Amino acid sequence: MRLVLPNPGLEDRIPSYEDLDRMEKEEAGDRPKWDNKAQYILTCVGFCIGIGNVWRFPYLCQSHGGGAFLIPYVILLVLEGMPLLLLEFAIGQRLRKGSVGVWRAISPYLTGVGVASMLVSLLIGLYYNTLIAWILWYLFNSFQSPLPWAQCPLNDNGTGFVPECQRSSAVDYYFYRVTLNSSASIVDSGGIHWPIVLCLLAAWTVMCVCYIRGIGTSGKAVYVTAILPYIVLAIFLIRGLTLKGALSGIKFLFTPDVDELMKPTTWLDAGAQVFYAFSLAWGGLISFSSYNPVHNNCMQDAVILSAITGLTSIYAATVTYTIIGFRATEKYDSCISDNIMTLLNAFELPEDSISTSNYDAAFNHLNSSSPDIILALDIKICDLQTLLSEGVEGTGLAFIVFTEAITQMPGSPAWSVLFFIMLLCLGISTLFGNIEGVVVPLKDLNMLPQKWPQEALTGVTCAVAFVISLLFAQHSGIYWVTLFDNFAGSVPLLTIGFFEMIAVVYIYGIDRFNEDLEFMVGYKPSIFWQVTWRFISPLIVLVILVFYLVTQVQEELTYLVWDPNSEEFPTLASVPYPSWINALIFLLAGVPSLAVPVYALCRMSQNSNIIAYKVIHFRV
Amino acid sequence: MLEKILVLLCLPSALAQHLCTPGASDGYKVRLSIKTALGDQAYVWNENEMFLFRATLAFAMRTHFNGQMYNVSNIVVCDETPRVSFWFVVTSPLDTSTLVDRKDVEEAVRKSRNRINSAFLLTDKTLEFIGIAPTLAAPVYPDPPPWLIVFGVVMGAVGAGIIILLVTSVLQKKRKKNEKSEGEDDEEDTRVKTVENGTASDGVYNMSFSDDERFTKM
Repeated sequence: MRLVLPNPGLEDRIPSYEDLDRMEKEEAGDRPKWDNKAQYILTCVGFCIGIGNVWRFPYLCQSHGGGAFLIPYVILLVLEGMPLLLLEFAIGQRLRKGSVGVWRAISPYLTGVGVASMLVSLLIGLYYNTLIAWILWYLFNSFQSPLPWAQCPLNDNGTGFVPECQRSSAVDYYFYRVTLNSSASIVDSGGIHWPIVLCLLAAWTVMCVCYIRGIGTSGKAVYVTAILPYIVLAIFLIRGLTLKGALSGIKFLFTPDVDELMKPTTWLDAGAQVFYAFSLAWGGLISFSSYNPVHNNCMQDAVILSAITGLTSIYAATVTYTIIGFRATEKYDSCISDNIMTLLNAFELPEDSISTSNYDAAFNHLNSSSPDIILALDIKICDLQTLLSEGVEGTGLAFIVFTEAITQMPGSPAWSVLFFIMLLCLGISTLFGNIEGVVVPLKDLNMLPQKWPQEALTGVTCAVAFVISLLFAQHSGIYWVTLFDNFAGSVPLLTIGFFEMIAVVYIYGIDRFNEDLEFMVGYKPSIFWQVTWRFISPLIVLVILVFYLVTQVQEELTYLVWDPNSEEFPTLASVPYPSWINALIFLLAGVPSLAVPVYALCRMSQNSNIIAYKVIHFRV
Repeated sequence: MLEKILVLLCLPSALAQHLCTPGASDGYKVRLSIKTALGDQAYVWNENEMFLFRATLAFAMRTHFNGQMYNVSNIVVCDETPRVSFWFVVTSPLDTSTLVDRKDVEEAVRKSRNRINSAFLLTDKTLEFIGIAPTLAAPVYPDPPPWLIVFGVVMGAVGAGIIILLVTSVLQKKRKKNEKSEGEDDEEDTRVKTVENGTASDGVYNMSFSDDERFTKM
């Protein structure tokens, strides 16, 4: 009755219900297990809540209509995120394998889905850990007062600041020059910047030690890495609300603009954000669920996790914007004070004749009486709204805006340490899922020997990954990170997610899947799940994927560079990519996405060759 | 007679006053921002404060040119504004009609800048000599850099963690092996006993015989 593609031999590849109950009772097998349910939930929460919740969601929320953005976000969370989440939980718990094992059990032709997940996890893990390395660098440098990014370094004769720093700002200079020593283009590699190498070494070693016995050690580590961010966010919220200008930041964030809901880009960005926020299609969630007891209530888990992710995003956005509001207000106040001082000096007026309250009136009066003097002074226009919307996403938010705000707060080293420890925990807990999605498939694909202990597997993976990620320690490293972020972490994930849903619903069979859930949880999934699994979620993912591809193909590929010689300095200059980047983009985005059909085709041709061979030989 | 003496006394200062003009080549403009620096505790700028300024500057000149007796009268001030800014020139103590060279004045001010600032409870930013750039305080770079210390601590802790975890897993494996070999001796006895008793116990479900790909390749 339902549309199900023929799938011979499925019964032989998956454990039956009797097998599952027996395995459960006798606790046989060498598959690792969670110590308790809390570890599992915390690991999944840590995996889903990552740095993107702090530096991507608040920006999207504010730029797509503030409070109104929550409407498409929640709708797509429920219609797209939650069904896919339950799908991955249930299939992992039922088939009790990692991502490659699960898809191979459903159909050997679908092993490509698992391979694609592994490749994507590997590529994302490489650049994500580079972000962790940068966070570690800032964390190590926070243990001094004054903070090193609070002041520009002096030039050679001590009379002024280094010109690059003078023209931009101390925090910009510290990030682009001191931390990264960035060159002016992706082509110009400029050699290895050794402080970053040390930080990368630290990052990969920390990952290695936390995951050295698989979930045995990472399950203990998540008690800290998953809970600490919430505590730090609470501390920052209390501190943030007491700062001047915090409420203007929150108002800016949540002021609804209902017209934005009419634009399709709002809904597309909301859908993409939900997809990436849940870390779907990485393979880690399937692996984690396979360590659960068979009768664990995964439906409840999916709903709880969706709620936690949504609420945490809003919580983090609020905290972020109190700090952004504070910084914008500080900059606005100092801008006005500078203008007042300029006017007083030029017109030789006594000091309290112009204050912040009568600034506008005084300025207009002076402008009307002597406009030529005013013109010669080149007075800057101070606009709070512009300051609030400055550089508030991605690395710009964490390493420039936030670090600047922290230098203005009393006791800045303590706040800096807290902030970067929070980002570190958020990143590390996401990387646990990432590494799980790389190591387990490598073992299942027999690319790493089965006999090796978990310690050796983790060690080898981390060592190889460290060597490859030295690519990001070059002077052009930041441009490589942006490249990976834009291409390895976008299209492949959507493709894999789409294939996952098609595989489970139409190849494994939605009826069988419903029975499995009834066996594991005790009741059949309701009509909501049926409709979303079969039609709504795949459709949404497909629409987002198509729109994304269409917009990417139409745009010219450009990227932002830090170039002191450009005209727009200190604003980042937009420069086109070199032509060979297209080949690289195909490798990053195309290879994982195409792994699914290519693997299936290879397998089919292999089988048809074997059939032909056998037919010929048996005839004879 | 008295008028003549008065005129003679006022003459030098009157003569010197014309040397001070806004934009004079050997003069400097000074700007004070008292309210910005001190807020509520700001003092009012009046004649006495100006006298203190001239005295402090004479002190700076004396300190720089050791031996030459500069006096308050050698510091000539003009063009005072409500902003609290004015121009000054310095006349030579030997000849009140010549001005001290610009560069010498600059050096003298630079040398005693701190003393001049503290006389007025101000800083380099709030007591500005337009044209004399303040020497900025160099940021302190402690050696060894603090981040290397923290890095060393973290790597040490992580390295120790790795070693401890590896050692404990090796010890655990050794312990399991010893237990197994002891357990096997016991099992042999019990097996003999069960065979003797004639009862058979259920086997343990052995996962090693279930392989992952149990389909037959066509």
